Amino acid sequence: MGLNTSKLPNGPEMYVGEGYGLTQIEKVIGLARANSIWPLPFATSCCGIEFMATMASTYDLGRFGAERLSFSPRQADLLMVMGTIAKKMGPVLKQVYTQMAEPKWVIAVGACASSGGIFDTYSVLQGIDKVIPVDVYVPGCPPPPEAILDGILKIQELIKNEPLRRRESAEYNDLLHSYQID
Amino acid sequence: MAEVNHQILGEAIAEQFGRQVLSLEESYGTLDVVVDKSIIIPLIHWLKNHQTFKVNFLTSLCGVHFPEQKGRELSVVYHLHSLMNNIRFRIHVFLPASHPEIPTLTTLFAGANWMERETFEFYGIKFIGHPDLRIILNVEDMDYHPLLKQYPLVDATRTDKDDKYFGR
Repeated sequence: MGLNTSKLPNGPEMYVGEGYGLTQIEKVIGLARANSIWPLPFATSCCGIEFMATMASTYDLGRFGAERLSFSPRQADLLMVMGTIAKKMGPVLKQVYTQMAEPKWVIAVGACASSGGIFDTYSVLQGIDKVIPVDVYVPGCPPPPEAILDGILKIQELIKNEPLRRRESAEYNDLLHSYQID
Repeated sequence: MAEVNHQILGEAIAEQFGRQVLSLEESYGTLDVVVDKSIIIPLIHWLKNHQTFKVNFLTSLCGVHFPEQKGRELSVVYHLHSLMNNIRFRIHVFLPASHPEIPTLTTLFAGANWMERETFEFYGIKFIGHPDLRIILNVEDMDYHPLLKQYPLVDATRTDKDDKYFGR
Protein backbone atom coordinates (compact mmCIF):
# COMPACT_ATOMS: atom_id res chain seq x y z
CA MET A 1 0.00 0.00 0.00
CA GLY A 2 1.70 3.21 -1.16
CA LEU A 3 0.74 6.85 -0.80
CA ASN A 4 -0.31 8.57 -3.98
CA THR A 5 0.36 12.22 -4.53
CA SER A 6 -2.49 14.16 -6.03
CA LYS A 7 -3.34 17.76 -6.77
CA LEU A 8 -6.69 19.43 -6.51
CA PRO A 9 -7.41 21.92 -9.27
CA ASN A 10 -5.70 25.14 -8.06
CA GLY A 11 -5.02 23.41 -4.76
CA PRO A 12 -1.97 22.27 -2.86
CA GLU A 13 -0.14 19.04 -3.51
CA MET A 14 -1.22 16.32 -1.09
CA TYR A 15 -0.77 12.66 -0.33
CA VAL A 16 -4.07 10.87 -0.70
CA GLY A 17 -5.20 7.56 0.60
CA GLU A 18 -8.54 5.90 1.21
CA GLY A 19 -10.81 8.73 2.35
CA TYR A 20 -8.14 11.21 3.43
CA GLY A 21 -5.60 13.64 2.11
CA LEU A 22 -2.40 14.72 3.77
CA THR A 23 -0.78 18.10 3.35
CA GLN A 24 0.56 21.03 5.34
CA ILE A 25 -1.85 23.11 7.45
CA GLU A 26 -0.33 26.24 5.94
CA LYS A 27 -1.42 25.10 2.48
CA VAL A 28 -4.93 24.25 3.64
CA ILE A 29 -5.38 27.61 5.36
CA GLY A 30 -4.00 29.37 2.31
CA LEU A 31 -6.45 27.48 0.10
CA ALA A 32 -9.38 28.44 2.35
CA ARG A 33 -8.36 32.07 2.61
CA ALA A 34 -7.69 32.48 -1.09
CA ASN A 35 -11.12 31.21 -2.04
CA SER A 36 -13.13 33.19 0.47
CA ILE A 37 -11.81 36.74 0.11
CA TRP A 38 -14.04 39.50 1.44
CA PRO A 39 -13.10 42.53 -0.63
CA LEU A 40 -13.61 46.10 0.52
CA PRO A 41 -14.21 48.23 -2.59
CA PHE A 42 -12.71 51.70 -2.16
CA ALA A 43 -14.03 53.05 -5.45
CA THR A 44 -13.55 56.72 -6.22
CA SER A 45 -13.93 57.00 -10.00
CA CYS A 46 -14.15 55.21 -13.33
CA CYS A 47 -12.20 52.14 -12.18
CA GLY A 48 -15.04 51.68 -9.71
CA ILE A 49 -17.46 51.45 -12.64
CA GLU A 50 -15.31 48.68 -14.14
CA PHE A 51 -15.42 46.97 -10.76
CA MET A 52 -19.22 47.05 -10.87
CA ALA A 53 -19.02 45.17 -14.15
CA THR A 54 -16.54 42.77 -12.56
CA MET A 55 -19.04 42.00 -9.81
CA ALA A 56 -22.01 41.68 -12.16
CA SER A 57 -23.22 38.57 -13.93
CA THR A 58 -21.00 38.45 -17.04
CA TYR A 59 -17.68 38.49 -15.19
CA ASP A 60 -18.99 37.52 -11.75
CA LEU A 61 -16.27 37.85 -9.15
CA GLY A 62 -18.39 35.42 -7.08
CA ARG A 63 -16.92 32.58 -9.13
CA PHE A 64 -13.68 33.14 -7.21
CA GLY A 65 -15.29 33.12 -3.79
CA ALA A 66 -15.27 36.88 -3.46
CA GLU A 67 -18.90 37.76 -3.97
CA ARG A 68 -19.36 38.93 -0.40
CA LEU A 69 -18.23 42.53 -0.37
CA SER A 70 -17.48 43.95 3.02
CA PHE A 71 -18.29 47.59 3.48
CA SER A 72 -16.71 47.58 6.89
CA PRO A 73 -12.92 47.51 6.88
CA ARG A 74 -12.97 45.50 10.10
CA GLN A 75 -14.32 42.43 8.33
CA ALA A 76 -12.48 42.79 5.04
CA ASP A 77 -9.50 40.80 3.80
CA LEU A 78 -8.71 42.68 0.62
CA LEU A 79 -8.70 46.43 0.13
CA MET A 80 -9.43 47.22 -3.51
CA VAL A 81 -8.48 50.81 -4.26
CA MET A 82 -10.03 51.82 -7.56
CA GLY A 83 -9.66 55.37 -8.73
CA THR A 84 -7.89 58.65 -8.19
CA ILE A 85 -6.88 59.29 -4.59
CA ALA A 86 -6.51 63.00 -3.90
CA LYS A 87 -3.99 63.94 -1.25
CA LYS A 88 -6.85 64.94 1.01
CA MET A 89 -8.18 61.38 0.73
CA GLY A 90 -4.78 59.88 1.61
CA PRO A 91 -5.24 59.90 5.42
CA VAL A 92 -8.76 58.47 5.02
CA LEU A 93 -7.42 55.59 2.94
CA LYS A 94 -4.69 54.98 5.47
CA GLN A 95 -7.23 54.92 8.29
CA VAL A 96 -9.36 52.39 6.42
CA TYR A 97 -6.28 50.23 5.88
CA THR A 98 -5.31 50.50 9.54
CA GLN A 99 -8.79 49.40 10.62
CA MET A 100 -8.57 46.16 8.64
CA ALA A 101 -7.63 43.07 10.62
CA GLU A 102 -4.60 40.94 9.69
CA PRO A 103 -4.07 39.19 7.41
CA LYS A 104 -4.92 41.84 4.83
CA TRP A 105 -4.06 42.48 1.23
CA VAL A 106 -4.22 45.52 -1.01
CA ILE A 107 -4.81 45.74 -4.73
CA ALA A 108 -4.30 49.04 -6.61
CA VAL A 109 -6.66 49.00 -9.58
CA GLY A 110 -5.84 51.32 -12.47
CA ALA A 111 -3.26 53.94 -13.30
CA CYS A 112 -4.42 56.52 -10.75
CA ALA A 113 -4.29 54.22 -7.73
CA SER A 114 -0.98 52.81 -8.93
CA SER A 115 0.86 56.03 -9.81
CA GLY A 116 -1.48 59.01 -9.91
CA GLY A 117 -2.11 58.27 -13.59
CA ILE A 118 -2.82 61.24 -15.83
CA PHE A 119 -3.22 63.43 -12.75
CA ASP A 120 0.38 64.55 -12.68
CA THR A 121 -0.44 67.36 -10.32
CA TYR A 122 0.07 68.74 -6.82
CA SER A 123 -3.33 67.74 -5.47
CA VAL A 124 -3.29 64.03 -6.33
CA LEU A 125 -1.48 61.29 -4.46
CA GLN A 126 1.14 59.87 -6.84
CA GLY A 127 0.16 56.26 -6.16
CA ILE A 128 -1.43 54.79 -3.04
CA ASP A 129 1.87 53.09 -2.21
CA LYS A 130 2.91 56.49 -0.89
CA VAL A 131 0.63 55.86 2.12
CA ILE A 132 -0.07 52.11 2.35
CA PRO A 133 1.72 48.95 1.16
CA VAL A 134 0.33 47.42 -2.03
CA ASP A 135 0.39 43.72 -3.02
CA VAL A 136 -0.84 43.79 -6.62
CA TYR A 137 -1.04 46.60 -9.19
CA VAL A 138 -3.53 46.35 -12.06
CA PRO A 139 -2.55 48.53 -15.03
CA GLY A 140 -5.09 50.25 -17.27
CA CYS A 141 -7.04 53.47 -17.51
CA PRO A 142 -9.47 52.05 -16.57
CA PRO A 143 -8.57 48.36 -16.61
CA PRO A 144 -11.27 46.11 -18.09
CA PRO A 145 -12.96 43.54 -15.84
CA GLU A 146 -10.65 40.85 -17.23
CA ALA A 147 -7.65 42.76 -15.91
CA ILE A 148 -9.27 43.22 -12.50
CA LEU A 149 -10.01 39.47 -12.38
CA ASP A 150 -6.40 38.79 -13.30
CA GLY A 151 -5.35 41.01 -10.39
CA ILE A 152 -7.66 39.05 -8.06
CA LEU A 153 -6.13 35.76 -9.28
CA LYS A 154 -2.67 37.17 -8.57
CA ILE A 155 -3.84 38.08 -5.05
CA GLN A 156 -5.17 34.52 -4.64
CA GLU A 157 -1.76 33.14 -5.59
CA LEU A 158 -0.13 35.40 -3.00
CA ILE A 159 -2.62 34.29 -0.35
CA LYS A 160 -2.19 30.60 -1.13
CA ASN A 161 1.57 30.78 -0.86
CA GLU A 162 1.84 33.09 2.12
CA PRO A 163 3.67 31.56 5.10
CA LEU A 164 1.49 31.46 8.20
CA ARG A 165 4.03 33.45 10.20
CA ARG A 166 4.61 36.16 7.62
CA ARG A 167 2.53 38.75 9.51
CA GLU A 168 4.70 38.28 12.59
CA SER A 169 7.96 38.53 10.69
CA ALA A 170 10.46 41.34 11.18
CA GLU A 171 10.32 42.14 7.45
CA TYR A 172 6.57 42.67 7.56
CA ASN A 173 6.79 44.84 10.65
CA ASP A 174 9.55 46.86 9.04
CA LEU A 175 7.34 47.33 6.00
CA LEU A 176 4.45 48.63 8.12
CA HIS A 177 6.86 50.74 10.12
CA SER A 178 8.14 52.37 6.93
CA TYR A 179 4.55 53.59 6.40
CA GLN A 180 4.26 54.71 10.04
CA ILE A 181 1.63 52.02 10.66
CA ASP A 182 2.04 50.13 13.95
CA MET B 1 -40.81 96.00 -21.09
CA ALA B 2 -38.02 96.48 -23.55
CA GLU B 3 -35.69 93.56 -24.01
CA VAL B 4 -32.40 93.96 -22.17
CA ASN B 5 -29.34 93.28 -24.30
CA HIS B 6 -25.62 93.66 -23.76
CA GLN B 7 -25.56 97.12 -25.27
CA ILE B 8 -28.32 98.52 -23.06
CA LEU B 9 -26.77 96.92 -19.99
CA GLY B 10 -23.26 98.16 -20.80
CA GLU B 11 -24.42 101.71 -21.46
CA ALA B 12 -26.40 101.79 -18.23
CA ILE B 13 -23.40 100.59 -16.24
CA ALA B 14 -21.14 103.17 -17.89
CA GLU B 15 -23.65 105.93 -17.24
CA GLN B 16 -24.13 105.01 -13.59
CA PHE B 17 -20.48 104.48 -12.67
CA GLY B 18 -18.65 106.71 -15.14
CA ARG B 19 -14.88 106.67 -15.10
CA GLN B 20 -14.63 103.77 -12.71
CA VAL B 21 -15.80 101.49 -15.50
CA LEU B 22 -12.45 100.83 -17.14
CA SER B 23 -13.59 98.96 -20.22
CA LEU B 24 -16.69 97.50 -21.82
CA GLU B 25 -16.57 94.99 -24.61
CA GLU B 26 -18.33 92.00 -25.98
CA SER B 27 -16.24 88.85 -26.28
CA TYR B 28 -17.33 85.31 -27.08
CA GLY B 29 -20.92 86.53 -27.13
CA THR B 30 -20.83 87.83 -23.58
CA LEU B 31 -20.47 91.30 -22.17
CA ASP B 32 -17.13 91.86 -20.40
CA VAL B 33 -17.00 94.73 -17.94
CA VAL B 34 -13.72 95.71 -16.32
CA VAL B 35 -14.21 97.94 -13.31
CA ASP B 36 -12.21 99.50 -10.54
CA LYS B 37 -12.04 97.58 -7.27
CA SER B 38 -13.70 100.43 -5.36
CA ILE B 39 -17.07 100.04 -7.09
CA ILE B 40 -17.36 96.27 -7.31
CA ILE B 41 -19.81 95.89 -4.43
CA PRO B 42 -21.86 99.04 -5.21
CA LEU B 43 -22.04 97.93 -8.86
CA ILE B 44 -23.30 94.43 -8.12
CA HIS B 45 -25.64 95.81 -5.46
CA TRP B 46 -27.03 98.27 -8.01
CA LEU B 47 -27.43 95.56 -10.65
CA LYS B 48 -29.14 93.20 -8.22
CA ASN B 49 -31.64 95.79 -7.07
CA HIS B 50 -32.15 97.44 -10.46
CA GLN B 51 -35.82 97.55 -11.45
CA THR B 52 -35.20 96.32 -14.99
CA PHE B 53 -31.96 94.34 -14.87
CA LYS B 54 -32.69 92.23 -11.73
CA VAL B 55 -29.33 90.50 -11.79
CA ASN B 56 -30.29 87.94 -9.20
CA PHE B 57 -27.89 85.06 -9.74
CA LEU B 58 -24.15 84.76 -9.16
CA THR B 59 -23.15 81.93 -11.48
CA SER B 60 -19.49 81.83 -10.61
CA LEU B 61 -16.70 83.71 -8.96
CA CYS B 62 -13.09 82.87 -9.65
CA GLY B 63 -9.56 84.16 -9.88
CA VAL B 64 -7.01 84.41 -12.69
CA HIS B 65 -3.27 85.00 -12.52
CA PHE B 66 -1.49 87.05 -15.21
CA PRO B 67 2.10 87.23 -13.96
CA GLU B 68 3.24 89.38 -16.91
CA GLN B 69 0.79 92.25 -16.19
CA LYS B 70 2.76 94.35 -13.73
CA GLY B 71 0.59 95.98 -11.08
CA ARG B 72 -2.52 94.07 -12.16
CA GLU B 73 -1.35 90.48 -11.87
CA LEU B 74 -4.46 89.06 -10.25
CA SER B 75 -8.00 89.17 -11.47
CA VAL B 76 -11.31 88.31 -9.85
CA VAL B 77 -14.05 87.42 -12.31
CA TYR B 78 -17.72 87.55 -11.41
CA HIS B 79 -20.13 85.69 -13.71
CA LEU B 80 -23.58 87.16 -13.24
CA HIS B 81 -26.92 86.11 -14.64
CA SER B 82 -30.28 87.84 -14.73
CA LEU B 83 -32.78 85.01 -14.83
CA MET B 84 -35.69 87.37 -15.59
CA ASN B 85 -33.96 88.92 -18.59
CA ASN B 86 -32.03 85.77 -19.53
CA ILE B 87 -28.81 87.71 -19.88
CA ARG B 88 -25.33 86.80 -18.69
CA PHE B 89 -22.21 88.89 -18.35
CA ARG B 90 -18.82 89.01 -16.67
CA ILE B 91 -17.27 91.60 -14.40
CA HIS B 92 -13.48 91.69 -14.00
CA VAL B 93 -11.49 93.40 -11.31
CA PHE B 94 -7.70 93.56 -11.46
CA LEU B 95 -5.59 93.58 -8.33
CA PRO B 96 -1.85 93.98 -7.76
CA ALA B 97 -0.11 90.82 -6.50
CA SER B 98 1.45 92.91 -3.72
CA HIS B 99 -1.95 93.84 -2.30
CA PRO B 100 -4.51 91.18 -3.26
CA GLU B 101 -7.51 92.40 -1.30
CA ILE B 102 -11.10 92.96 -2.35
CA PRO B 103 -14.37 93.34 -0.40
CA THR B 104 -16.43 90.20 0.02
CA LEU B 105 -19.56 89.59 -2.02
CA THR B 106 -21.12 87.40 0.69
CA THR B 107 -23.04 90.47 1.86
CA LEU B 108 -25.07 90.28 -1.37
CA PHE B 109 -24.89 86.62 -2.41
CA ALA B 110 -24.53 83.92 0.27
CA GLY B 111 -23.38 81.60 -2.52
CA ALA B 112 -20.20 83.62 -2.84
CA ASN B 113 -18.97 82.15 0.44
CA TRP B 114 -17.40 78.93 -0.83
CA MET B 115 -16.37 80.44 -4.16
CA GLU B 116 -14.42 83.15 -2.34
CA ARG B 117 -12.83 80.54 -0.11
CA GLU B 118 -11.77 78.63 -3.22
CA THR B 119 -10.40 81.79 -4.87
CA PHE B 120 -8.50 82.60 -1.69
CA GLU B 121 -7.13 79.09 -1.57
CA PHE B 122 -5.85 79.00 -5.13
CA TYR B 123 -4.74 82.62 -5.63
CA GLY B 124 -4.28 84.08 -2.15
CA ILE B 125 -6.85 86.81 -2.83
CA LYS B 126 -8.18 88.08 0.50
CA PHE B 127 -11.87 88.86 0.61
CA ILE B 128 -12.25 91.56 3.26
CA GLY B 129 -15.26 90.92 5.47
CA HIS B 130 -15.65 87.24 4.53
CA PRO B 131 -17.13 85.36 7.52
CA ASP B 132 -14.79 82.36 7.37
CA LEU B 133 -11.92 82.67 4.92
CA ARG B 134 -10.32 79.22 5.27
CA ILE B 135 -9.11 76.99 2.45
CA ILE B 136 -11.76 74.57 1.28
CA LEU B 137 -10.55 72.04 -1.30
CA ASN B 138 -6.96 71.00 -0.66
CA VAL B 139 -5.39 69.33 2.34
CA GLU B 140 -5.75 71.51 5.43
CA ASP B 141 -2.01 72.10 5.83
CA MET B 142 -1.54 73.42 2.29
CA ASP B 143 0.95 76.24 2.77
CA TYR B 144 0.89 77.98 -0.62
CA HIS B 145 -1.60 79.09 -3.26
CA PRO B 146 -1.16 76.43 -5.94
CA LEU B 147 -2.62 78.15 -9.01
CA LEU B 148 -0.24 81.10 -8.81
CA LYS B 149 2.01 80.49 -11.76
CA GLN B 150 5.30 80.70 -9.88
CA TYR B 151 4.49 77.29 -8.36
CA PRO B 152 5.00 74.11 -10.39
CA LEU B 153 1.90 72.15 -11.31
CA VAL B 154 3.57 68.76 -10.99
CA ASP B 155 3.92 67.07 -7.66
CA ALA B 156 7.38 66.87 -6.14
CA THR B 157 6.76 63.31 -4.93
CA ARG B 158 6.27 61.84 -8.42
CA THR B 159 8.81 59.09 -8.88
CA ASP B 160 7.92 56.94 -11.86
CA LYS B 161 6.59 59.34 -14.46
CA ASP B 162 8.19 60.25 -17.74
CA ASP B 163 7.77 63.89 -18.78
CA LYS B 164 7.45 62.98 -22.45
CA TYR B 165 4.13 61.26 -21.82
CA PHE B 166 2.77 64.45 -20.32
CA GLY B 167 3.82 66.82 -23.09
CA ARG B 168 6.57 68.41 -21.04
